[in-house]
Amino acid sequence: MSAISQELLDEVALSRAEYEAIVDRLDREPNPLEIGLFGALWSEHCGYKHTKALLRTLPNTSDRLLVAPGAENAGVVDIGDGYAVAFKIESHNHPSAVEPYEGAATGVGGIVRDILAMGARPMALMNSLRFGLPDDERQRYLLNGVVSGISGYGNCIGVPNVGGEVVFDPSYAGNPLVNAMCVGIIEDAKIMSASADAPGDLLVLVGAKTGRDGIHGASGLASRTFQEQAEMRSAVQVGNPFLEKVLIEACLEAINLPGVVGMQDCGAAGITSAAVEMAERSELGLNIDVAEVPRRENEMSPYEVMLSESQERMLLAVKPGHEERLFELFERWDLDAAIIGTFEAGNQVIVSDGPRQASSTPVVTLTDAPEYQFNSPKPAWLEELQSFDLTALPDLDITPNEALLKLLASPNIASKHTVWRQYDHQVQNNTVISPGGDAALLRIQGTQRALAISTDGNGRLVYLDPRAGAAIAVAEACRNLSCVGAEPVALTDGLNFGNPETPDIQYQLQESIAGISEAAAAFNIPVVSGNASLYNESAGSAVQPTPIIGALGVLEDVGRHANSGFKDKGDVVVMIGSGTPWDNINGLAGSEALSVFHHEVAGKPALDLDLEIRFQQLCRSLIAKGLVKSAHDISQGGVSLAVVESAIQGNIGATIMHDATIHDWVAALFGESQSRIVITCATTDAEVVLNAASKASVPATRIGTVGGDRVRFADLIDLPLETVGDVWLNSFQTATSG
Amino acid sequence: MKFGIVVFPGSWSERDMYYAVSHVLGYQAEYVWHREDKLAGFDAILLPGGFSYGDHLRCGAVAAHSPVMGAIRDFAENGGFVFGSCNGFQILCESGLLPGALIRNDHLEFRCSPGTLRVETSSTPFTSQFSAGDVVSMPISHGEGNYQADDETLATLEASGRIVFRYVDAENRASAEANPNGSRNNIAGITNERGNVLGMMPHPERACESLLGSSDGNPLWQSIAAAVDAGKS
Repeated sequence: MSAISQELLDEVALSRAEYEAIVDRLDREPNPLEIGLFGALWSEHCGYKHTKALLRTLPNTSDRLLVAPGAENAGVVDIGDGYAVAFKIESHNHPSAVEPYEGAATGVGGIVRDILAMGARPMALMNSLRFGLPDDERQRYLLNGVVSGISGYGNCIGVPNVGGEVVFDPSYAGNPLVNAMCVGIIEDAKIMSASADAPGDLLVLVGAKTGRDGIHGASGLASRTFQEQAEMRSAVQVGNPFLEKVLIEACLEAINLPGVVGMQDCGAAGITSAAVEMAERSELGLNIDVAEVPRRENEMSPYEVMLSESQERMLLAVKPGHEERLFELFERWDLDAAIIGTFEAGNQVIVSDGPRQASSTPVVTLTDAPEYQFNSPKPAWLEELQSFDLTALPDLDITPNEALLKLLASPNIASKHTVWRQYDHQVQNNTVISPGGDAALLRIQGTQRALAISTDGNGRLVYLDPRAGAAIAVAEACRNLSCVGAEPVALTDGLNFGNPETPDIQYQLQESIAGISEAAAAFNIPVVSGNASLYNESAGSAVQPTPIIGALGVLEDVGRHANSGFKDKGDVVVMIGSGTPWDNINGLAGSEALSVFHHEVAGKPALDLDLEIRFQQLCRSLIAKGLVKSAHDISQGGVSLAVVESAIQGNIGATIMHDATIHDWVAALFGESQSRIVITCATTDAEVVLNAASKASVPATRIGTVGGDRVRFADLIDLPLETVGDVWLNSFQTATSG
Repeated sequence: MKFGIVVFPGSWSERDMYYAVSHVLGYQAEYVWHREDKLAGFDAILLPGGFSYGDHLRCGAVAAHSPVMGAIRDFAENGGFVFGSCNGFQILCESGLLPGALIRNDHLEFRCSPGTLRVETSSTPFTSQFSAGDVVSMPISHGEGNYQADDETLATLEASGRIVFRYVDAENRASAEANPNGSRNNIAGITNERGNVLGMMPHPERACESLLGSSDGNPLWQSIAAAVDAGKS
């Protein structure tokens, strides 16, 4: 038994057993610097201790794959014409809980550098945000801080922010979720690796000077149960988006210089994680001299320099003799740069402070974090929630008209345009579909192609059935792509869960990843990158398990895409995926309607993956043939919301009539059963569309007509478009401005 | 016809401007680094949007003192055409090439949205290919686009036809609802007294293809080219 104090172990978030394992592997006690290095590299955030085994089960092959998942900072897929795309989602939950503006801002900055490290020009951002209910002042403060942070940072770096999600649920009150996704494009498939080439290669640090900010960000904030503490504020970094913008341009120039062989971003755990990962990937040792690191504070110890999470820094591996031109380039951009180390033959990471050696540790020992496996049983409470009797719900004492307006006013459903308009979503001149559509669509300049991107994740559904709920997140993210006409080609996953040391969370984790795996395999697409954020708890209560799926789609002909707004009077409204517009009672499981009208989160969500695949293929082929005038996914709020949104976006009404019997109007109008979309087509094309559906064995039926200035659903709902528009467009602002 | 497009550290519209004038319209274009103190071979100079030098101190304040701005001042004094949008407009005001100032939007938020503008005059080198009264769509994207000037300056601008673009609503009224940032008199763009320098907050370079929502910005570049041609013949 070692003499190390519990206090010190807590500071770096290592368990005593992990410490003993370190002593065992080193065959000695680690020195204080090494304790810091291990704490960072063996943190959940860097070491993926509780998820590594599960993540290996995710589909990881594809003909399009150019860089395999896990091999580099982000996976890379081929999109044709010599272009490749790197993309990844990452969380910045705990920093945003402590300091929402800087937490969210540096979350954006961090994911952008991950993509930059691949040699890609960042071309789009999306965010997936979760907060507690906005009737609480603190939640509004968090929301406004996070949105301002994303806006402040993202707008300054000239990368369009093309949408995402903002969702409210009481489970996120003590621990908001801030996930940011970045998509980058690589021309001529010149992909960078985060590695050196040979012994003697130089390690160059460029960008911000290193300060004391963010020490213990990875081990402290991100990797243990979070108790909100004002003193944790010092563990949150402060961003400088101007510097990031300059760094992007300078690094994209630098990779074209001869002798620049590798690039890596400094993220969580700073130089420690970045440099040691480079050494591991290169199968080389590394000598780092912290005295060479440009600082913004005096008298920093090697420990502080190695663990600082100062933002806007990149590492490059450069062949000796080629550094001069690189330094000239950085000087032209007014960037600080320094050679801080050398790659060496062998397997030791040696950290020195000038002439004094501070540590010498084998690379593999540092990077080989322990791996925890588990197979936890289904909790009894879940069984109970799933068998909730939806048919026994009391009747509502409001009319269908009133119910629709109430649902439209829910901040989860109301338009988020007041958020999106704070983000520059057009810079770079590629944005074909702006935030608010099913997916964002960005054309690739100089080609006919476009990229579609979407983020999705419904914590309620995952909570109620982790496997089905996670599969639904994949299905819905892909469905959003299909609704604009794009074929899903790859996924990234942001896993947001509670404390993985408890059996219920373990069950949620193992089942969710199995669900993602099943769905991705059914779509035949790989999960190319991702991030695991665990310990999302406060006061002993975990957030709803929230895997966020980022999906990337390719559209071969940008001229043939669809958006969600209704177009012309007389167009036919067609339901694809079901023979009736009216949902059944099971559609209320985990629905927004169940939460808004009955204050329940219950039931058992379901997904038919075979139908989902068939019907998305059908949707894409109809769009490619130019038969679809609008397409919109049915998700929260059910068919009535899908129709209302399409009507508002197209500024034209619609009447939904169908002779199928309505058993329960709440379920019929607001049920959220999967695998359904609403499309419109010209009257003359309706038969062709229905025949194509029948040929593809996808249920489809004509459910109504576009036209007028009202929205009508059978004899249930009849409201002026202006009224529903006002409520949908203004309620988010009202609900979130106190 | 050759455009020079200035690149400051922190600019981000330079690539979009290059795309619009070069790829879409086929003019020659070349980037000009902010440390250049001489300009040669350019028919017009474009100042891009973005956050030059991080917009430290005030938007455009540092850029206004960069070496390239000295050269641009000479270029303008010799009658050369200078155009700035967004941060470029802010830099032109900060450097004194245009009157007035751009302050924080009155609602204190960054605003990115389609912008509806009325072309107030076609008798400038930047708008000859529009018709006066045209209502056009060009996106806005800024946090500090609230144009302010004293009453006297404003009266001069109005009286001398130097207000080139104004924010209007769907009914073509320069109403308060149409004003996205609190600018006095709904001003979106103005020229200098000589008429060879134009600054505007909206982004014509983002309105270069109907695929992206609007191609209403193109006549602006075509107008500059026409003015350059007229000067050469």
